[in-house]
Amino acid sequence: MCAKLSLASDQKMSTTQQNTTIIQLAALREKPARPKRIAKRLVTDRLLGTIVPVAGVIAWELLSRSGAFPPNALPAPSVIGQTIFDLGRSGELWQHAAITLWRIAVGFFLGAAVGTLLGGLTGYVSLAHKLLDPLLQSLRNIPSMAWVPLFLLWMGIQETSKIALISLGAFFPVYLNLSSGMSHVDPKLIEVGKVYRLTAFQMVRRVILPAALPEYIVGLRSGLSLAWMFVVAAEIMGASRGLGFLMIDGQMTGRASIILASVILFAGLGKATDLLLETVGRRLLRYKAQ
Amino acid sequence: MSSVEIRNSSLEVQGVSKTFGSNGGGLLALEDINLHIAPGEFTCVVGGSGCGKTTLLRIIAGLERSYGGTVMLGRNRVLGPGLDRGIVFQEHRLLPWLTVQENVGFGISDLASGERSACVSQYIDLVGLRGFERSYPHQLSGGMAQRVAVARALVSRPQLLLLDEPFGALDALTRIRMQQELLRIWEAQRTTMILVTHDIDEAIYLADRIVIMSSRPGTIKRVVRVDLPRPRDRAGFQLTELRRSIYREFFTNEDVPEDYEI
Repeated sequence: MCAKLSLASDQKMSTTQQNTTIIQLAALREKPARPKRIAKRLVTDRLLGTIVPVAGVIAWELLSRSGAFPPNALPAPSVIGQTIFDLGRSGELWQHAAITLWRIAVGFFLGAAVGTLLGGLTGYVSLAHKLLDPLLQSLRNIPSMAWVPLFLLWMGIQETSKIALISLGAFFPVYLNLSSGMSHVDPKLIEVGKVYRLTAFQMVRRVILPAALPEYIVGLRSGLSLAWMFVVAAEIMGASRGLGFLMIDGQMTGRASIILASVILFAGLGKATDLLLETVGRRLLRYKAQ
Repeated sequence: MSSVEIRNSSLEVQGVSKTFGSNGGGLLALEDINLHIAPGEFTCVVGGSGCGKTTLLRIIAGLERSYGGTVMLGRNRVLGPGLDRGIVFQEHRLLPWLTVQENVGFGISDLASGERSACVSQYIDLVGLRGFERSYPHQLSGGMAQRVAVARALVSRPQLLLLDEPFGALDALTRIRMQQELLRIWEAQRTTMILVTHDIDEAIYLADRIVIMSSRPGTIKRVVRVDLPRPRDRAGFQLTELRRSIYREFFTNEDVPEDYEI
C-alpha cells in the first residue's frame, strides 16, 4: 500500500522545495534541551538526607555505652546488629523471614489479583461501578483489626486467616487506584481509539490500560505496604513462626534487642520489596522518564 | 489495490444540521449545510468560535452520530469513523506511552509488521522527523508533536484529511512553518484536505476554497475561491485584497485593519 506513496513523493514539490529543507532543519533544531545535572543533584540530596540518621545512630551508640539508656530497654545499635548476626548464623532468622515473605507473597498476590479484577470491572463498566463501588467503599471504612476475630472464627488460627487478612490489606488500594485510573482516562485519547475503530477489547488493551498504568502501579505499591502492616498484625495475633512471632517472643522473654532486630528486618524487607515494585514500575513507565 | 479509484471520490455534505441538547431547549449548532468537495481539493472552513465549524468537521469524521441530512464520501454514507478519513485535532492527542513510530503506526496495526514499519518510516520522513522515531511525545516540541499527529492521520492512506485547528496552539512562527509543511505534504500526496480554522491568513495562504461560516446557528455565509498559484506571497496585493474582503464578512467596515501584517 505504500508503493504509491514513494511514487508520489518522487515527483513532489516543485514549488516548495526550498521550504522543505528549511522545515526539516527547523525540526532538528526544535529538539528540546535535556537537563544533565539532575542525576548529580540527586546524589547530593541523598547524601544530605543521610547525615541526620547517621548522627542519630552514633549518638545512640555513645549514649548506650555510657550507660545513659538502660540496656534491657534500649540496647545499643551494635548489640542489635550482633543479635541480627546471631539470628542469621543460627538459621533462625531465615526461617522466620522466609515464612513472613511467603505470607506476604501469597496474600499480596491474592489481594492484588482480586483488586485488579474488580478494579478493572468497575473502572470499565459503569453499571458494575454503581453496583459494587458503594459496598466496597463502605467495607473499606471498617478498621482492619476489626476483621481479626471474625477471620479467626471462620478460618482458624492457621495460615488461612493470616493470608486472608493480608489479602484484604492489599486489595483496597489496588482496587481503588485501578478503578479510578481506568474511569478517568482522558476522553480525548478514547476518541483517538474511536477514530481508528478499535473494538472494546482493543480499546481497553491499547488505550485504557496503558493510560491507567501509572495509577495502577501506585495502587500496587500502597497495597504492598499495607500487606506488610497486616502481616505484622497477623503474626502478632497468633503465630509460631515469622518475624512478627519473633517480636512477640522477644517481648515475652524481655529481650528488647530481639524486638528491635525484628523491627529493622521488617523495615528492610518492606523497603526491598517496594524497591522491586518501584523498579518494575519505572521500567514500565519509562516513557515518563526525566 | 484499487486505491486510485477510492481516492477519487468526492465529499458531499447535504442539508446537514445538528442540535445539541434535546427536548426543544436544544441549541441549533448547524443549519442546512451544503458542501461539495472535489477530490484533491484543499478547503478551509473559517468562522468565529461557536459557529459550528468543529462540529461540522466532527460530523464528517463520523464522531458525531446524531445529525440531520447526509454526508457521503463517494458512494458511502458516513455513519461513523473510518480509516478512509484521517483527522488531526487541535491538541496532538498522541498516546504518551508510545514512541513516535508506535504512535504513527497506531492506526495500521492490522498490517504485517514489515509492511507497517515501512509505511511508518515513509510517513515519518514525509513530516521531517527522521531521527525521532524512538522519542516519546513528552520529548517533542508542540510543532513536532503535531507533525507526528499528521503522520498518524495520513499513514492509513485516507481519502480525506480533516484538520481541526491543527496549528491553533502553536506559536506564530511555528504555525507558519507548519502551514508551509502541510502544503508540501498536500502537493506530494494530493489528499483531499479540509482544515477548520479561525485564522483568516491561514485560510487564504492554504486553501483552494474558503468556506466562511456565521454563528448561531452555524450556516455557510459565503464560499470564496482562491485561484492563486502557490506558494503564495502572504504580503502580496491579491492576498491583501482577499483578506480585506473576508474581514468584511466578520467585521463592519471601520473595523477592518488596513495594513494587517502577520
